[in-house]
Amino acid sequence: MVGYLVLENGEIFEGERIGVTKDTVCEVVFNTSMVGYIETFTDPSYLGQGIVMTYPLIGNYGVMPEDYESDKIYAKAIFVHEVADFESNFRSKSNLEKFLRDYKIPGLSGINTRKLTRMLRDAGTMKGYLTSNIDNIDDIMQKIKEYKIENPVEYVTCRQAKTYGKGKSKKVAVLDCGVKHNLINSLLKRDVEVTVFPATAEPEQILNLRPNGILISNGPGNPMDYKKQIKTIQKLYDSKIPMFGVALGHQLIAIAKGAKTEKLKYGHRGPNHPVKDLKKDRVHITSQNHGYYVSEDSLDKSVVEISHVSLNDNTVEGLRYKDNKVFTIQFYPEDADYIYDEFLKMM
Amino acid sequence: MPKYKSIKKVLVIGSGPIIIGQAAEFDYAGTQACRELKKEGLEVVLINSNPATIMTDKNMADKIYIEPLTVETVKKIIEIEKPDSILPNLGGQTGLNLAMELEEAGFLKQMNVKLLGTGVDGIRNAEDRQCFKDMMEAINEPCIASKVVHTVEDAVEFTKEIGLPVIIRPAYTLGGTGGGIAYTMEELEEIAGSGIRMSRVNEILVEKCITGWKEIEFEVMRDRKGNAIAICSMENIDPVGVHTGDSIVVAPAQTLSNVEYTMLKNSAMKIIEALKIEGGCNVQFALHPTSFEYAVIEVNPRVSRSSALASKATGYPIAKVSSKIALGYTLDEIKNEVTGKTFACFEPTIDYVVVKVPKWPFKKFLTANRTLGTQMKATGEVMAIAPNLEAGLMKAIRSLEENVEYLRLDSLARLEKNDIEEKLRQVDNERLFVIAEAIRKEISVERISELTTIDRFFIGAIYKLIKMEKELEFNQMNSKMLEKAKKLGFTDKIIAKISGKTEDEIRKLREKFGIKANFKLVDTCAAEFEAQTPYYYSSYDDECESKPSNKKKVMVLGSGPIRIGQGIEFDYCSVHGVWALKKQGYETIIVNNNPETVSTDFDIADKLYFEPLTREDVENIVNTEKPDGAIVQFGGQTAIKLTKALTEMGVKILGTQEVDMDRAEDRKEFDEALSNCGILRPKGSTIFTVEEAKMVANKLGYPVLVRPSYVLGGQGMAIAYDDREIETYVNEINTIEQEHPILVDKYILGREVEVDAICDGDDILIPGIMEHLERAGVHSGDSISVYPTQNVTLDQEEKIIEYTEKIAKELNIIGILNIQFIISEGEVYIIEVNPRSSRTVPYISKVTNLPMIDVATNVILGKKLKDLGYGTGLYKKSDYICVKMPVFSFEKIKNADTSLGPEMKSTGEVLGVSKKFENAVLKAFIGSGANVSKKGAILITVRDKDKAEVVPIAERFKAKGFDIYATSGTAKYLKENGVESIVIEKLWEGRNSIIDLIEFGKINFVVNTPTKGKQSNRDGFKIRRMAVECKIPCFTSLDTAWALYKAIETGIEEKNLKPVDITKI
Repeated sequence: MVGYLVLENGEIFEGERIGVTKDTVCEVVFNTSMVGYIETFTDPSYLGQGIVMTYPLIGNYGVMPEDYESDKIYAKAIFVHEVADFESNFRSKSNLEKFLRDYKIPGLSGINTRKLTRMLRDAGTMKGYLTSNIDNIDDIMQKIKEYKIENPVEYVTCRQAKTYGKGKSKKVAVLDCGVKHNLINSLLKRDVEVTVFPATAEPEQILNLRPNGILISNGPGNPMDYKKQIKTIQKLYDSKIPMFGVALGHQLIAIAKGAKTEKLKYGHRGPNHPVKDLKKDRVHITSQNHGYYVSEDSLDKSVVEISHVSLNDNTVEGLRYKDNKVFTIQFYPEDADYIYDEFLKMM
Repeated sequence: MPKYKSIKKVLVIGSGPIIIGQAAEFDYAGTQACRELKKEGLEVVLINSNPATIMTDKNMADKIYIEPLTVETVKKIIEIEKPDSILPNLGGQTGLNLAMELEEAGFLKQMNVKLLGTGVDGIRNAEDRQCFKDMMEAINEPCIASKVVHTVEDAVEFTKEIGLPVIIRPAYTLGGTGGGIAYTMEELEEIAGSGIRMSRVNEILVEKCITGWKEIEFEVMRDRKGNAIAICSMENIDPVGVHTGDSIVVAPAQTLSNVEYTMLKNSAMKIIEALKIEGGCNVQFALHPTSFEYAVIEVNPRVSRSSALASKATGYPIAKVSSKIALGYTLDEIKNEVTGKTFACFEPTIDYVVVKVPKWPFKKFLTANRTLGTQMKATGEVMAIAPNLEAGLMKAIRSLEENVEYLRLDSLARLEKNDIEEKLRQVDNERLFVIAEAIRKEISVERISELTTIDRFFIGAIYKLIKMEKELEFNQMNSKMLEKAKKLGFTDKIIAKISGKTEDEIRKLREKFGIKANFKLVDTCAAEFEAQTPYYYSSYDDECESKPSNKKKVMVLGSGPIRIGQGIEFDYCSVHGVWALKKQGYETIIVNNNPETVSTDFDIADKLYFEPLTREDVENIVNTEKPDGAIVQFGGQTAIKLTKALTEMGVKILGTQEVDMDRAEDRKEFDEALSNCGILRPKGSTIFTVEEAKMVANKLGYPVLVRPSYVLGGQGMAIAYDDREIETYVNEINTIEQEHPILVDKYILGREVEVDAICDGDDILIPGIMEHLERAGVHSGDSISVYPTQNVTLDQEEKIIEYTEKIAKELNIIGILNIQFIISEGEVYIIEVNPRSSRTVPYISKVTNLPMIDVATNVILGKKLKDLGYGTGLYKKSDYICVKMPVFSFEKIKNADTSLGPEMKSTGEVLGVSKKFENAVLKAFIGSGANVSKKGAILITVRDKDKAEVVPIAERFKAKGFDIYATSGTAKYLKENGVESIVIEKLWEGRNSIIDLIEFGKINFVVNTPTKGKQSNRDGFKIRRMAVECKIPCFTSLDTAWALYKAIETGIEEKNLKPVDITKI
């Protein structure tokens, strides 16, 4: 079945529909990973977004639920060049088409993803509409115009607090703004008890746990929309408990301490972002997924110092707070494992 | 300025002659390195024995030694040049081994030479088997479990520990005979038992068998600070069991989930950190297909064939960045030249699929065993870039130039389903085609995957191609279907053939439907950043990223994969053509598909199109670029073949025109041209059938030379001595469909002389005349060639110059040409004119100091030789004598016949340079890897007609103190003529059998001239194979044996040979 992606600049990409055939409006972003589509699609930070995969063959190794980063696909739509017909991996339980259908996600295949990526790179992230019918283009353009990712945290946070790895000597509280499984698993691997709190949790609730450390998680959307969480973070910060922020968490802590965030033209999304650790004078290749960044000019340098920068565009990738045991990173710590150890050392 | 301020003068070691397993990739790496070092303002000293390379060019280094790559010679050069450092990791295994030997001997320390890049310990830990095992154990990375044992009991014990199946490898048996894979304990006892018996030292290696596991490679890079990146992952379609050089390889890895990918990547990172690698490094893994179990197969602490592939696959200049790291730079200080903005410290991500397919030499070696295993057999490779795997495969297949454009071989199509199923179990060069045929015969993807152990994902790609064939065959053609076929990589020609239409009809349909090729950019970053690289591949997606300029532009066609007969020399010519054009202010466009070459570096031409060299693929580029002209005479036969097509597309051929090229190839017209000039050539005629051939041969009188028209490297060429041989050879040629008649010529036994020349229409320029040491009958590429000539009289020389000028003008040559002469009984004949650059162009350019391609390009662009500063006629002779010696890879190809004849068999060449002929020959022999001993024994066994001639050779060697061994017939003849020899009665059994003598190193050289026919069951064939496998020089031409005698006659030792800096010639 033929489907179309209509972009807010009026460009139309024609392809073959995959997944469910509903219409959907989304923010269109691209991801440059050559492997890891399962982890990408299930990353809650993609809430409200349609993902363009720049690698042309997607679905090669099928689908294995144990690799999900959350309980489902959070992306709103998937745009690919080609879906593998003969997926192959000994762990695979499903295939891409079924995966999308299981979570009621629509998508398009057979589109020129490179052209689309170049367009997003040059014009910046755009909104788009996925449909099978483009007869009423004005209507579609109106829907695109009205689209906004509102209160994203509501969709991605857990409903109630939950504790993993009970009984360990050290406790970490996680403020769940859409936390990836990988973050929790990485902590559990280090022998700590992890309690995940809904993003709406009151600071007292978290402090009552008497955690040794607090992690502010990754998550979707514009950090400025997280008004309540920013207030919570301010209180948590004042408690002097060691705190670690990842991705959105990094931005929220910065805002809580008076900094500002701005939108990147087309985001950092992919597994190959070089980040320089200024203190160690070492570069790490990191996985990233963010559309906003903490503006360097807005930082109060008396309280905070820059610990990491992007080697690609020099944006802030990590901060260290001088008045408290707090540090944050903009990238996913998966490939820079030592960061967890640093967090643990602070506790 | 390098980061390490102490570096001022660097010695770079090249990789030597092209052999199977070590090809042009090191010219690419070495050239990138030299350019980078020069850019840093360093003085560069280069040693490489291979004269055909770009890296040995005068503008590449300050001092260039084309000398044998031996410890002895490198030591001498270090003593002369006193470099402060040495760059060892860009010259393949050869370069690395040499550097390590010098280091271990304490010589580098003694001479104060610093080893750049990865440290000695790191190299040793990666290279030494035991050190490597220990290191992997220390960092907890799994290796392939193995153990040396001497009894069956120990073999059983160890196998119980590691589990079945296991591979048994007996120590010291020829070609690994007596080994095998044991799947059961019974088999183990049997194989281990026989292996121990067959081994000379009763020793076997028991190794865990990982055949059938996925073979994954990571190309990684690390700097001195410890910053490390993974540049590219690669997956071999052929699982473990087939050498990666013989495997079809795709990039990036396709069937790994993020978990396996990360696991292996982290392992590679851990390993290079432990080895403290500084520069590029390759890590090979075996991954169990249904678990997370893996093993590190091998680590190469240097640039390699895989890094060349990874470099071209991603656009990341690995050799260049490696050199910078060796000079002390760190990855975050080196700019990414592709984007111009970001740094080299990032991991490329690609948005296309890369497919590499090996090019095998089996057409040259009809008797050879075509089975693929752990010994690499391919001479070269092609790479294709496409948006999907299917199109990548299709592009790669047509890039091979095997006259096959899709996955179908008639020989397989004729087979029954059962036979195909049986063939699926065999692993040989036709594997891909067997799988395709299996799908056509409706064997399921699962079953094929089971029988071949190839992942179903890859079989699936072939399935999609066959399904498309069926659609084309049975369905009505429409725009959707045509577009789909094009996206899957089908050419118009094949679509036409399958759908029963003409190629022209398909082209018109495409025009009507608006289906056309568009070019996409290779940019290392999947379009995330704007890129500066002009590196393109075709796709059938919309939007063309290649924006043609309105500058004057010329297209240069490359020479495709390295093969016997068309090697690195043509890449040398293409690259120099590009440089010359650039100098003249033209925009240059290069088209090629060989990932190992310099020409496919993105900073050589202004635009690089990585595409197959077929009519349709080239036409797509022409339609986009609309070049003002094309140069075909530099790219070997590959480019020449496209002349007609280009002319028809309306592209102006610069230099010699198509009709004149044809006149050089077409028998009748060529005869006419020669007779117009009053030049003699051997009499002959064209034929189609065996009967005609016999008639012609009898009229001319035997022996005659038989060959197909339009070939390179003498493919299918042979000398026939009687009717029976004519029959064999003509039938052999006719197994491949011939568009053109077969040529039968009188074979003239004489001295062969070769000339490369440039003609501007009015004048000619000959850099030098070369003489072959072997008389006519041995292909020029396999002959030892000497410049300047040693046995050509002044009269003959004048004749050669006169003939060259006459025929060049007669054929309206503009640019370069190559002529083969025969001098027999004082008469000069022309046997061949090639209206293009040749194998000898790089070498003759270097030794005469006349940059032939630069001059030829200027002439092609309309300049006159008179104005170019090198004069006309024959250029001044050098004071040095230069001997070019062929190098063979026979030991790599089981059952290949090693006897030399009119069909070329060598894979590469070395040069020996000296003021004395004997010393130049000696250098060349040493450079070619021959163990030139001054005493010992020589085995002589020759056919009857050579017996008289071999007597003086035997006499001389005997006089030098050599023992002479001979087979009974030869011995008898020698005795009758006064030369005593030790007779070998029994060829194959017992003491003093040939096996015994050769295997136990009692023989230093073998002289064997082949008897008639090419059968592999003859004794001569077996003796030659035996010699080759024991690395004993075996001469099949008496002239070569004479040359060797000359080389050792003077008794000069290698250490007394003076290295010559060819920039000073």
